[in-house]
Amino acid sequence: MPFLRCLAAGLLACAGSAHAFCGFYVGKADAGLFNEASQVIMVRDGNRTVISMLNDYKGEPTEFALVVPVPHVLQRSQINVGDRRIFDRIDAFSAPRLAEYHDDDPCSRRELDMMKLRRMAPASMAMEAKAMDRALGVTVEATYTVGEYDIVILSAEQSDGLETWLLQNGYRIPPGASRALQPYIRLDMKFFVAKINLAERAKTGLTYLRPLQFAFESEKFMLPLRLGMINARGPQDLIAFILTKNGRVESTNYRTVKLPANMDVPLFVRSEFNQFYKALFNEQAKREKYRVVFTEYFWDMSWCDPCAADPLAPEELRKAGVFWLNGEDGQGGASKVMLTRLHVRYTRPTFPEDLMFQETADRENFQTRYVLRHPWTGKDDCPQVAAYRESVRKRQQIEAATLAQLTGWELGTVRTKMGLPAHPEAKWWERLWN
Amino acid sequence: MVGTAVELIAARLGLERWRAALPQDARVFQILFLASLLSVGVLTRDFTLRWEQMALTFAAGLMTQVFALHRLGLPNGSYLSAVVTCFGLSILVRADSLWVHPLVAAIAIGSKFVLRVNGKHLYNPANLGVMVALILLPGAWVSPGQWGHDLVAAGWFLMLGSVVTGRARRWDVSWMFLGCFLGMVALRMLVLGQNPWVFVHQLGNGALLLFTFFMISDPMTIPNHRRARLLYAAIVAACAIFWQYGLYRPNALVWALFLCTPLVPLLDRWWPAPKFQWRPATG
Repeated sequence: MPFLRCLAAGLLACAGSAHAFCGFYVGKADAGLFNEASQVIMVRDGNRTVISMLNDYKGEPTEFALVVPVPHVLQRSQINVGDRRIFDRIDAFSAPRLAEYHDDDPCSRRELDMMKLRRMAPASMAMEAKAMDRALGVTVEATYTVGEYDIVILSAEQSDGLETWLLQNGYRIPPGASRALQPYIRLDMKFFVAKINLAERAKTGLTYLRPLQFAFESEKFMLPLRLGMINARGPQDLIAFILTKNGRVESTNYRTVKLPANMDVPLFVRSEFNQFYKALFNEQAKREKYRVVFTEYFWDMSWCDPCAADPLAPEELRKAGVFWLNGEDGQGGASKVMLTRLHVRYTRPTFPEDLMFQETADRENFQTRYVLRHPWTGKDDCPQVAAYRESVRKRQQIEAATLAQLTGWELGTVRTKMGLPAHPEAKWWERLWN
Repeated sequence: MVGTAVELIAARLGLERWRAALPQDARVFQILFLASLLSVGVLTRDFTLRWEQMALTFAAGLMTQVFALHRLGLPNGSYLSAVVTCFGLSILVRADSLWVHPLVAAIAIGSKFVLRVNGKHLYNPANLGVMVALILLPGAWVSPGQWGHDLVAAGWFLMLGSVVTGRARRWDVSWMFLGCFLGMVALRMLVLGQNPWVFVHQLGNGALLLFTFFMISDPMTIPNHRRARLLYAAIVAACAIFWQYGLYRPNALVWALFLCTPLVPLLDRWWPAPKFQWRPATG
């Protein structure tokens, strides 16, 4: 079935865009590849925002604490415990992918035409006494139990008071958190604080934590990532899936860069696509000195080419927080959903401010897609074959260099893995003097 | 070193005669050099600007300037400010089509000849062009974060160097604006207890560099009297800070200048002073 779907999408795509190709989808590199990557789904239109946060927490449940600055006190109805599968679905749908093509018989006329075409195509609590709270300058604005989480909405006057309150109430927060909390307190933001309710968790029978979702209205289109850096040693990863109505989302206070993509890579990448993509991302992030936001995917969610996973059904989009489907935003009629997948590898010094975003008018699709081209393996039964074989040889040299350049892998190793001599062929003059 | 070598070679080749034909003002080269640096940077780093868009901006912008000067009977009018406007528009405006850039360039430069108050054009053309793109045109946007720190650092270095060495232009407004804007950013940082790197991070914004030395410094669209200019720069800075940190909206600088521009004729009336005259060479 994937083939049929892909073919149909490919036809649509080929009619609409010169960049689209239909290949066989063969592999993807999903967010699970990056250990400790935080994943966030952000849905935004106007001031309306829905944020879903996936906690890939593996430690003791009693030690779990989540502190998120929010613009105002959230009502119980603004908080929801979502479905983890939605993250898996959006991740799979937008993940970097590998597409594969087979060269046709060079002797057929069609192939000659296709070669011309190809040349033309270019290639995202526990509560303490109230008096004590007042002394610390902390006000418990609301408490809720939602699913397996105990949630407290706090407002605070002093960051050290808030830190003390959190510690006294059994939240394991890293030392020195008050410095990071201070700017949010002074901006009069509230704190959404969650810990795990063990009894409720036992009732769910789940071994993992479900994502927390909250819906609110705010003029700030941002993600507060500074709090996550309090006790971070090395670089951290954040993958943000941003769903909007109109166009691509980019950062307004950091450079947003598309990952190098749509390149031909050697065939052996098929069996080690995960390692390939991890190495590629490491290399590119390092090259940009951990100062940029990478776009991994931007596409209208109603179709894909090639599809790494089936597009999300309207029900799944609604679970992800999309509030404008079926006229739910009061405007009537179904609207588009555009997905921007951003991947950030950040460090404390390189990301001194929270991530601010804007939705642009850009609608040009982008995906991190890498291409495998299988050479034609037939008999030499026409004069074009010699020229074809020569073109394949040249192509493989370029694929080796591309792979080494993208991933930082050593060129000789790449070439050996491809079955090519470890060093490119010597020029005739090099052979002359040796 | 390189400069001396160039001088020697030029002397050997008897190029003085040619040099006489070139603008005498070194700042012309400094401006063009900086604008080229930013443009090349944006072209090579920003995946959304295409060279065709930049070429069309220059073609449409310069043609509008030629047409307007011809109609006004000013055959010796200069093209430098039009070139600077085209650089600014290419650096700031992004679009998913090829028609937005030339249209914006034509409107921006055309506005200099149409939107006039007291013998001065009202809006800085690049600022007006950016706002037309943002407010009126579909498929157009402004990308404020696309420069990268190293490039912007080179830009600050170059621009500060050239400002210190060339005194003729009205840079007071740039200094006043920069001082007020960065002062308020620093004050906010201290009040909120933010990481000091926030300040450095703000300096890495290419839009601030471009705005300070290319937009608000445009002597034709700022008040004539020094006192009025300084007040105006402070008002624009305060407005930009409010836009950015009070309303949390992007593109604060261009919005602030656009909204404050109508104050210029009023300030000119309150504090009358002679209009700025470009020297023939600097257009």
